[in-house]
Amino acid sequence: MRRGWRWLLPLSAIPVLALLAYGFRLSPRDIPSPLVGKPAAPFALQTFDGRPVSLDSLRGQVVVVNFWASWCYPACYEEAPVLERGWREYRERGVVVLGVDIQDKTEAAEKFIRDFGLTFPNAPDPAGKVSVDFGVYGVPETFFVDRRGRIRAKHVGAVTDRVLREQLDRLLAESS
Amino acid sequence: MTPEIGAGAVMVALLLALYGSVAAAAGASTGRTSLLLSAQHAALGVFLLVTAALGLLVYAFLTFDFSVRYVATNTNLGTPFYYRITAVWGALEGSIVLWAWMLALYTLIVVVRHRQNARELYPWVLAVMLGVLAFFLLVMAGPAPVFQRMIPVPNDGRGLNPLLEDTGMITHPVCLYLGFTGFTVPFAFAVAALATGRVGDTWIALTRRWTLVAWYFLSLGLLIGGWWSYHVLGWGGYWAWDPVENAAFMPWLTGTAFLHSVMIQERRRMLKLWNISLVVLTFSLTLFGTFLTRSGVIASVHAFTQGSIGAFFLGFLALVVLTSLALIAWRWDALRAQGELDSVVSRESAFLLNNVFLVASAFTVFFGTVFPLLAEAVRGEKVSVGAPFFNLVNLPLFLALIFLMGVGPLIAWRRASLENLRRNFLAPVVIGIAAAALFRVAGTASALTLLTFGLTVFTATTLGVDFTRATRARLRMGERLGAAMGGLLIRHNRRYGGFVVHIGILVIALGVMGSHAWSVQTETTLKRGETTELAGYKVRFDGLAARQESNHFKVVGTFTVSNHRPNLAVLHPSKKFYPQEQAPIAGVDYRLGLTEDVYLVLGDFARDGSHATIKLQINRLVSWIWVGGVIITLGTVLAILPERRRAG
Amino acid sequence: MRTLRALMQIGLIVGILGPLLGHAQQPALHVNEREVYEVAAQLRCVVCQNLSVADSPSEMANQMRAIIRERLATGDRPPQIIEYFVEKYGEWVLLSPRPRGFTLLVWVAPFVAVTLGLALVAVRLRRWTRGRPTRASMTRPAIEASMSERIRRELETEP
Repeated sequence: MRRGWRWLLPLSAIPVLALLAYGFRLSPRDIPSPLVGKPAAPFALQTFDGRPVSLDSLRGQVVVVNFWASWCYPACYEEAPVLERGWREYRERGVVVLGVDIQDKTEAAEKFIRDFGLTFPNAPDPAGKVSVDFGVYGVPETFFVDRRGRIRAKHVGAVTDRVLREQLDRLLAESS
Repeated sequence: MTPEIGAGAVMVALLLALYGSVAAAAGASTGRTSLLLSAQHAALGVFLLVTAALGLLVYAFLTFDFSVRYVATNTNLGTPFYYRITAVWGALEGSIVLWAWMLALYTLIVVVRHRQNARELYPWVLAVMLGVLAFFLLVMAGPAPVFQRMIPVPNDGRGLNPLLEDTGMITHPVCLYLGFTGFTVPFAFAVAALATGRVGDTWIALTRRWTLVAWYFLSLGLLIGGWWSYHVLGWGGYWAWDPVENAAFMPWLTGTAFLHSVMIQERRRMLKLWNISLVVLTFSLTLFGTFLTRSGVIASVHAFTQGSIGAFFLGFLALVVLTSLALIAWRWDALRAQGELDSVVSRESAFLLNNVFLVASAFTVFFGTVFPLLAEAVRGEKVSVGAPFFNLVNLPLFLALIFLMGVGPLIAWRRASLENLRRNFLAPVVIGIAAAALFRVAGTASALTLLTFGLTVFTATTLGVDFTRATRARLRMGERLGAAMGGLLIRHNRRYGGFVVHIGILVIALGVMGSHAWSVQTETTLKRGETTELAGYKVRFDGLAARQESNHFKVVGTFTVSNHRPNLAVLHPSKKFYPQEQAPIAGVDYRLGLTEDVYLVLGDFARDGSHATIKLQINRLVSWIWVGGVIITLGTVLAILPERRRAG
Repeated sequence: MRTLRALMQIGLIVGILGPLLGHAQQPALHVNEREVYEVAAQLRCVVCQNLSVADSPSEMANQMRAIIRERLATGDRPPQIIEYFVEKYGEWVLLSPRPRGFTLLVWVAPFVAVTLGLALVAVRLRRWTRGRPTRASMTRPAIEASMSERIRRELETEP
């Protein structure tokens, strides 16, 4: 073997090391949703107050579907007031905030709603069907559904005032 | 004061280790023994300091010293005594302390054992060991400080991760780390060999026992990890091909390959380049494993935390890999001495094939583990590579290895004549096929199971044939049976120790085969008093009870298991609710048997105890895996005994 | 793709799930638990680390298994059910990547590795055994037949 070839050995390690270094820029839990841009799956739930709510009935409005759980601390606790503020600010402009409670116990969920004084509709998803329909893999996750019923954005983690405002302004600006 | 003293000890240890490493290297290249002696003293100093740091940490845990942040985050007033000790290595920072302590201990042992018998290599060995130690101390001083002060001092701590409150926690990390750190020694010797140009057999002969010990602890650590997974995590399996499990498995594979290929170098003075590369690869994989566990780059059960620590490990890994490979390239000519073989059909070939399959398996596991990264880098896609892939792809490799385990020990060195092949293998082949046929007749339909079983019997028979023949030879010379067998084991302890280890592996293989092929499970909801049935077992739900434990709230179910014997066992699977954890932790209960385990997991339940959902599994032959581990222990002990040529 | 777990012989227990959290459903078709298991074993439990939906004790996995059971009961075939989950979660939800496109690489790589390894060994072996027999026959001294037989036996049983 000619003299030069042997140095291939240490050099061959470099691409592997580079790949591992690249790994730092990624978050393994950050899974992009394949549903963005697709129509949201229809659902029919019953809120904790006993009222029915379905996706069809909300057609024509911008819907914020927020998946949460009472045991999801601290993120759900951080975003609950944000959602409540957003609801109060935007409800007159054709926006509905809907909270979907998953993998939870009724009393704990109702206590959560009471503690944060949430006035937007919240419904439990007992069999987890809606959460799977939306490709939810953790809480909290928030989906922004436009007037035509398409999922336009997904936010993983606690939602902030700024994100809420940006998405809602964008979707409200679109014509139906 | 504790945090400050501890941090100070770590700092001084780091400086000493750095100094010692440089001094040893300087002593090696200039030949000045005063430098070397100084480095030895530094090594001793480092050991004492790290021991003190570890001791201080244990003391802090035992006395609930919440002024140390690490103690406050990993224990609380309710944590039982023994778990307070294991909590020391229960999270990232503490695990590094344990690792560093073991390295320091091994360095000291190297000093004591090898300063006389390895004069030329020893200085470089010490330099490398202290260098690696310095790195881990640097991590302890920098990104993963274990002695941080907590202000204000809380009244109670957060508590240990409940999954870690288990006896497995006491042994699994300790064994694994003993294995990982153990491989530092052969690596240090390899680097010393490269640095001094003495790339012959000396370094291998000196490290044989080190390699065996490290390999053994790694094997034990893996098996205990499997056991812990089985009886704590509640999913009914023992191996999930989780990235961190893979990270420990890869060095095991290459380490096993190394154990075998050194035998060729010992006999035939061949494969120097290959052996040195293998040991560098094995050590690098141990570093890679620790990088994976701690960097958060790939999601896993074990992932400690993210942060800059990943960058540290990757940097060190890069340093080690690039330097070692460059050294190999530098000494290329000396390593590539000519080799000669008489025949393709020989033990040398069998060992070469063994290496091919082991390293191929390691490569497969590696590629599969980092593939999600690659897919995202190249295509921006998120993909998963999980158990189905690894099982499917590794299966043929493992079957080939089982076959080679049977061929290798008996086939002749140099050239195996037809006569030799017939004498050694005809009977095992016939018996293997007959066993598979019998199994088929007994009802097993799966070709895969039959193949596995047949190969296992084949290999077991070859071992039996060899041992019987050798015993008979001794009997003919007038010895009695006991003395003959004992004498064989002691006089040829390396060979027969290896045999016993192989038998252990075969038993594990059968356990894995049985658990995959014949285990059954079901999920059902029972009302109180109702019974469900599976595979001849009846399980009756008797009721639920709830109680408050020292640091959690526990709901326990009572289930009576019967088969042909009524009231065979009463099982108590539970759900534990820890205040600091979001979801309840399932507590499995099981009844182990030699051939069947009854395994019960409690799922949802009604508050009033009127019904409960359970997952019931009847797992077959899983216990054989643990028994195999015991056999491997016996074999390793036998193989590691000093050679006694005159005995028996 | 058939996995090892697919080879399990599972006793047929019809699990009719009772009311849980207020959700009651009678399956229309008789659902084979083994089928549920086989589908679930191919899917990744989305809230766990590297466990399959079949193995995971988490509640999410429970719910996913219930969905699988329900769909099987209404006549969906396993590939359709898998497709449904892939549609919602992306390829990531498959525990083992599909052998097409870029992910084919991960399936091919092991075979390439083994083939390369064997080829390397073959080349080496050829080089190492080249010329051996003739040299050996020239230098080997004449030995008595019985002696040579004993020597050979000795070599073969050498540990």
